[in-house]
Amino acid sequence: MFRENRREQILHSFVNLSKEKAFKKAKSLDKDLKENKKIGRLYGLPLANKDLICVRNFPTTCCSKILSDFRPPYNAFVIECLVENEGAIHIGNTNMDEFAMGSSTENSCYGPTYTPWDISRVPGGSSGGSAASIASGQAILALGSDTGGSIRCPAAFCGTVGLKPTYGRVSRYGLIAFANSLDQIGPITKCVYDSALMLEVMSGKDPLDSTSVDTKIDNYTIEIKNPIDKKVLGIPKEFFSEGLDSDVESVVRKAIDKLDSLGAKTIDISIPHLEYTVATYYLLCMSEASSNLARYDGLRYGDMSDNLSGDVYDVFSRTRGEKFGQEVRRRIFLGTYALSAGYYKMFYIKALKVRSLIKNDFVEAFKKCDSIVCPTMPSPAFQIGEFIDDPLQMYIADILTCPVNLAGLPALSIPCGFNSNDLPIGFQIIGNYFDEKGILNIGYQLEQNLGIYRKIAPITKGGK
Amino acid sequence: MSNESKNVMIGLEVHIQLSKLKTKLFCGCNNDYHGAEPNSHVCPICIGLPGTLPVVNKKAIEFATRLAIALNCDINNHFWFFRKNYFYPDMSKNFQISQYNKSGGKAFADNGKITIKLNSQKKDIILNRIHLEEDPARLVHKGSIATSPYTLVDYNRSGVCLIEIVTEPVISSPEEAREFLKQLKSIVQYLEISNLDLEGSVRVDANISIKGYERSEVKNINSFKEVERALRHEIIRQKNLLKRGRELIQETRHWDDKRRITISMRTKEFEADYRYFPEQDLVPIEIDNNYIQKVKDELPEMPNERSIRLRRDYLLSEFDSDNLVLDKELADFYEDGVNSEASFGPNEYKQYCNWLMNDILRWLNEHDNILKDTKIHPHQIVDLINYVNEGKITTKIAKSIIDDIMKGFSIQEILEMKNKKRIFNEKLLRDLSNEVIEENIKIVKDCRENPKAIEALIGRVMGKTRGQADPHITRTIMNHLLKEKGIISKNFLKTE
Repeated sequence: MFRENRREQILHSFVNLSKEKAFKKAKSLDKDLKENKKIGRLYGLPLANKDLICVRNFPTTCCSKILSDFRPPYNAFVIECLVENEGAIHIGNTNMDEFAMGSSTENSCYGPTYTPWDISRVPGGSSGGSAASIASGQAILALGSDTGGSIRCPAAFCGTVGLKPTYGRVSRYGLIAFANSLDQIGPITKCVYDSALMLEVMSGKDPLDSTSVDTKIDNYTIEIKNPIDKKVLGIPKEFFSEGLDSDVESVVRKAIDKLDSLGAKTIDISIPHLEYTVATYYLLCMSEASSNLARYDGLRYGDMSDNLSGDVYDVFSRTRGEKFGQEVRRRIFLGTYALSAGYYKMFYIKALKVRSLIKNDFVEAFKKCDSIVCPTMPSPAFQIGEFIDDPLQMYIADILTCPVNLAGLPALSIPCGFNSNDLPIGFQIIGNYFDEKGILNIGYQLEQNLGIYRKIAPITKGGK
Repeated sequence: MSNESKNVMIGLEVHIQLSKLKTKLFCGCNNDYHGAEPNSHVCPICIGLPGTLPVVNKKAIEFATRLAIALNCDINNHFWFFRKNYFYPDMSKNFQISQYNKSGGKAFADNGKITIKLNSQKKDIILNRIHLEEDPARLVHKGSIATSPYTLVDYNRSGVCLIEIVTEPVISSPEEAREFLKQLKSIVQYLEISNLDLEGSVRVDANISIKGYERSEVKNINSFKEVERALRHEIIRQKNLLKRGRELIQETRHWDDKRRITISMRTKEFEADYRYFPEQDLVPIEIDNNYIQKVKDELPEMPNERSIRLRRDYLLSEFDSDNLVLDKELADFYEDGVNSEASFGPNEYKQYCNWLMNDILRWLNEHDNILKDTKIHPHQIVDLINYVNEGKITTKIAKSIIDDIMKGFSIQEILEMKNKKRIFNEKLLRDLSNEVIEENIKIVKDCRENPKAIEALIGRVMGKTRGQADPHITRTIMNHLLKEKGIISKNFLKTE
């Protein structure tokens, strides 16, 4: 299981490995099989877990110094489902942008992860470690979380499948919050079937998450194989506007033609408020983050400043100043500002209003089509360090993914081809509320017809 | 004084722990932490570990509904919780899940009132709103906050459900505030949503101003008893400043219950910005009218209803019944007692009420105790009344044995113990009376002028018998003896 160590040394997709426990679990699963005990649906499959989903007694740090060696005394709902109930083996936690704040996995206190397709480039983020671990064959199943694209972006950059379910489809209990009205846990896998299987196993109402929804869970693994000849696919013109990489556009258009040839009907639709989504998204996620991250003061858990002089506020401030990374502090500052008296109406309330306009755009669109197809990211994976000093450029990269979170919709990213540098390109399928069945179905049929998901990442430095 | 007090405006924010809930507001932890080992009633949710989520306790919604109905509030059918953001070491998440009635938010319920009676005048104390929120942890210091070498945090209290009752600034004196809190305490007790005698179950903030001047907010008043004291202090402080020609500023002050003064914490410029915004880990709460009706139908008898019934069933006066029903335990005790004796009628009902409201209550106050923590049984008061009415003991003796009654001894036992049975022995009483007459020539002479002086002589006999002489017999004997001696001519015998 850990024979992939050489790859891992290059890629750095994991931040903490669970060797001993994983071997122990594997042995006990072996025993179950020999004794003809009932085995789970994910029997023996290695699971890479994003470092912000709680695993009992295992360091879960959000790749932040402030939570170094935080060991939760409980499992997240999804860990219970996948590991405890269905026999997956947790092999370790994967690298990510600190508190999921980023699109490149460069904002990690453990250093960056590299995309297996070109190790001079980022794997996307924030779930970059999870996507890289799948793309490099180190794990079969991976968990990610998606607040503004954090599953789909690394899936696109690493040539894997990534699914962001409908808000409320999967319990967030045990997911360490970044922006709690947007966060959603989802699978990252090599192929659509595996994501369908994971979703089937971890969906549903959790009494510990009030926002989880008690709605029908489809047999995704069966329904993905349905024909798609009756589907109406919407192509939002705003998602193909200027700023879109030309390789990305042509590869995605080709994939749409493929769907067309499979019998799906395509129509043009519009998401008129797309241009406001990045500003709206960042305002809301930063506001929520400023509150969600307030609890990290070093008093109850996590790391505290060595310098304890002054009063309690001095110690809180010093601890937070020392232990949070730059991007996290930036977002806490801006979020605190946006929620402050006098600015609240101008920023937060206004953002909520725009959020409902964007949501409404999608509601209108889904009156005309079953699913929406578009690129996942405006460009393929960029160079390490390319945008690290230009947060605005980095934020704009979320333009095609974050509207989905604002609306609370499900969306799937699958690889649909490569650019001239052999970098994978992600194809995004956005579904109506709780229609994971529909988007997995389209994704599966496209994947099977393109056949590229079998291609193996080289784990070398790219050419040109 | 009454003129002056019209210029005082007081608004109260009363925080009550819903201590009769089994679990905390947002998790399954045992709510009853009083007396428990520190940090023994905690879970990942109420200490705010990363990744945990709150889930609303449905029973808390029911309790709040009960209170809202009892206070005649308008319950909001649809509302959501807010986060109140501020850093403090007693906060597990550095925000408190609360409610907010601005920015599109709504309280649990708006309006409402409590009618108080002061100097036989009625007044409605109008409420602004009531809302739910979670209690922070408890900070423990060694001695005073200022000098303690450390602060300990006990999270047992963290996440306990608080209900906040906010009045309009219509209270015009500390006495009115006291009466308001008395009524509120009574209603909460009848609703069985909280035990306000538990330490820490009540916290009050008071907004106090003199009409035309800035207000101050006094925080940290930790019991109903302290409220009157804190208000009185703060009003005098403000008035003294005005007298000296000083200006009043809007500020937050802290009630120091050890030194019994208020201390300035911060002025308006430094007022905290709580950055309220919706708590999206919880879904909006829907309360429909059917639910409200259902809770209403299941409400227990309330103190005002009970007072009317007691007047009807036991022919008590309005004053007596209003006072009696205030404490549910006292009223239950009363009804248990009077109903246990079939022979009781209106006289005894009244007597029972008097014993309870005067002697028993005084004893409880003096001993800072509550009825249920004593061993007294309702039937003991029945016995007491019967003993007195049958002339077996005097009222004076009856009053003197209250202490033993509160310890659970029967009257029989007490009298045997103290040998306080009455002396009926006429020969003994005649001898003693003769002694008294010989020893008190002056008083005997007075009897010629003032027939009432005989009481003093009877009193002397009582003294010699430590109050055990039967008063009827003693009086008869004393009359007889004085007549024999030609001191008095008429018979002054009268019944007690």
